[in-house]
Amino acid sequence: MRTFLIALALLVVLALVPADLTGLGLPYPGLKRYGTYILTLWLVTAIAAMGVNLIVGYAGQETLAQAAFVGIGAYLTAIAGKHGVPFGISFAASGLLTFVIGIALGFPALRVQKHYLAFVTLAFSVLCWLVFRNETAITGGVMGLRDIERPILFGLKLRNAQTFYWFVLAITAVMTFVLWWIVQSPWGRAFTALRENPLRAESLGVDVRLYTLLAFALGCAYGGMAGSLYAPLVEFIDPSPFALGPSLLFMLMVVIGGSGTFAGPFVGAGVAVLLPEWLRAWETWYLLIYAALVMIMMALFPGGIVGLARVSVRKRQP
Amino acid sequence: MTARLEVRDLSKAFGGVAAVQGVSFDVRDGEILGVIGPNGSGKSTLFNCILGQLLPSAGTVALDGSDVTGLRPSTLNRLGVSRTFQLLQVFPRLTVRENLILAGQEHRGSRLGRLFGARDAGLGPEADRMLEFFRLGALAHEQAGSLSYGQQKLLDAAMAFMSGSRLVLLDEPAGGVNPTMLAGLRDRLAEINRVGATFVVIEHNMEFVMSLCTRLIVLAEGRIIAEGSPAEVRTNAAVIEAYLGH
Ligand SMILES: Nc1ncnc2c1ncn2[C@@H]1O[C@H](COP(=O)(O)OP(=O)(O)O)[C@@H](O)[C@H]1O
Ligand SMILES: [Mg+2]
Repeated sequence: MRTFLIALALLVVLALVPADLTGLGLPYPGLKRYGTYILTLWLVTAIAAMGVNLIVGYAGQETLAQAAFVGIGAYLTAIAGKHGVPFGISFAASGLLTFVIGIALGFPALRVQKHYLAFVTLAFSVLCWLVFRNETAITGGVMGLRDIERPILFGLKLRNAQTFYWFVLAITAVMTFVLWWIVQSPWGRAFTALRENPLRAESLGVDVRLYTLLAFALGCAYGGMAGSLYAPLVEFIDPSPFALGPSLLFMLMVVIGGSGTFAGPFVGAGVAVLLPEWLRAWETWYLLIYAALVMIMMALFPGGIVGLARVSVRKRQP
Repeated sequence: MTARLEVRDLSKAFGGVAAVQGVSFDVRDGEILGVIGPNGSGKSTLFNCILGQLLPSAGTVALDGSDVTGLRPSTLNRLGVSRTFQLLQVFPRLTVRENLILAGQEHRGSRLGRLFGARDAGLGPEADRMLEFFRLGALAHEQAGSLSYGQQKLLDAAMAFMSGSRLVLLDEPAGGVNPTMLAGLRDRLAEINRVGATFVVIEHNMEFVMSLCTRLIVLAEGRIIAEGSPAEVRTNAAVIEAYLGH
């Protein structure tokens, strides 16, 4: 119940962040268009990062292809949109397709052994990037696809930055709830067990291979659905955000935020989205500073930012 | 009557080392079969081959008359065979009660049903009963990793019974447990056996084995060198030679 109330309060605050509250007598003018855009980007990134957290933090596997799955969802939604397919269908199809690809990649990989999935996703990531770049007739190649339409919800146009933000916020809330439900259910207990001690988990009837596969495919689906939201958000896509580098960045986000913690992906995505904004003045130094930060974080606080926050809260309590 | 478990000509080699060589035995319904033998005689390897942890080099394993050789451990567990490992294997970051619920949950309903069902998979009352039975009730909500070694050993054993398995294989359940707790563990096992579970127990502690088991097999260098009641085994010349004597 308490968790529910906290979540609700958070949701209300998040919904109000971009809004102009001066009409309500509060001295808060809201966010400008760009600020709202960054906030939306944070949510979309967090959805994909939640997927990585499920794979890395809960099932103990590695994925180097999350950005590619985001790309699949983004291209599917953009291309389908140009043929008049409603967003709802593209969104569902993005989730389903990436889930099925996740099963197809994970099934053979997880039969072998632990780090195989890292190699398979690495290869898949490169393959996707080549397809995005070279299949010019479908994807527009390096020129990309422009003028991607924002969806219309029950006749309500979501063109406006703020309305689109609320739309993404609502979807994020639902997807967060779904993941929370899974992690709290007996499945979550099985995930914890197979990550801590797969041998013992298996001997207690936990089908380690199947659970890992499901976690991986679900994580991929979160990537695909994030991509489906990403395309109408940015309104123009090209292959670069779906390359191997951004896939690695998703892993870093989860680690920085706190792998295996529920809030970790949101914190990590926040850092990944906001840091480039803050460090904009530093331009080329940005990646260097980011990399240094990650290394310092990892050396000093292996539990990530959420882990660090937990430790400091515990210290304050007598 | 078919035996609960039939092991036939089971062998396992690691490279050149023949850890288990042509071992055959039955486990009868309701008995407590003890497996003894010097260190390195192949006891744990035998368990691992029976339970699908290792693929045997040769031989077969049958459960209630049907062949289960080479099935995966989780499948065997769901068919009703539980085990413990020689080295302590609880989940240190889960609470004691969560450890028990985990140990039973995969036997409850369907996987999809568990996703939408109760958080404790309906196993709360059973876990509490098991906690009381193993005298761990006061520790229910402690992290398993914070328990003493002996308490963790008890929990480890208790987990093997959460699935309602009728055949349980225990690998050195008494190892490193203090004498008071040991007597408690033996009494618990004897009690569970009385209500219908069949056991195979690997153990070094002779007193424990002799007072708990109804029948013994003795391994040396991967082969069975003697078999019989505790009294028979105790006086067997080959056993004294290989194991008890020195
Ligand atoms: N995974 C393994 N790889 C190689 N050799 C092993 C392995 N497991 C056990 N052995 C060897 O097999 C023999 C039997 O070991 P084990 O079954 O553990 O004996 P016990 O449980 O009776 O002490 C020993 O010689 C041991 O070194
Ligand atoms: Mg052993």
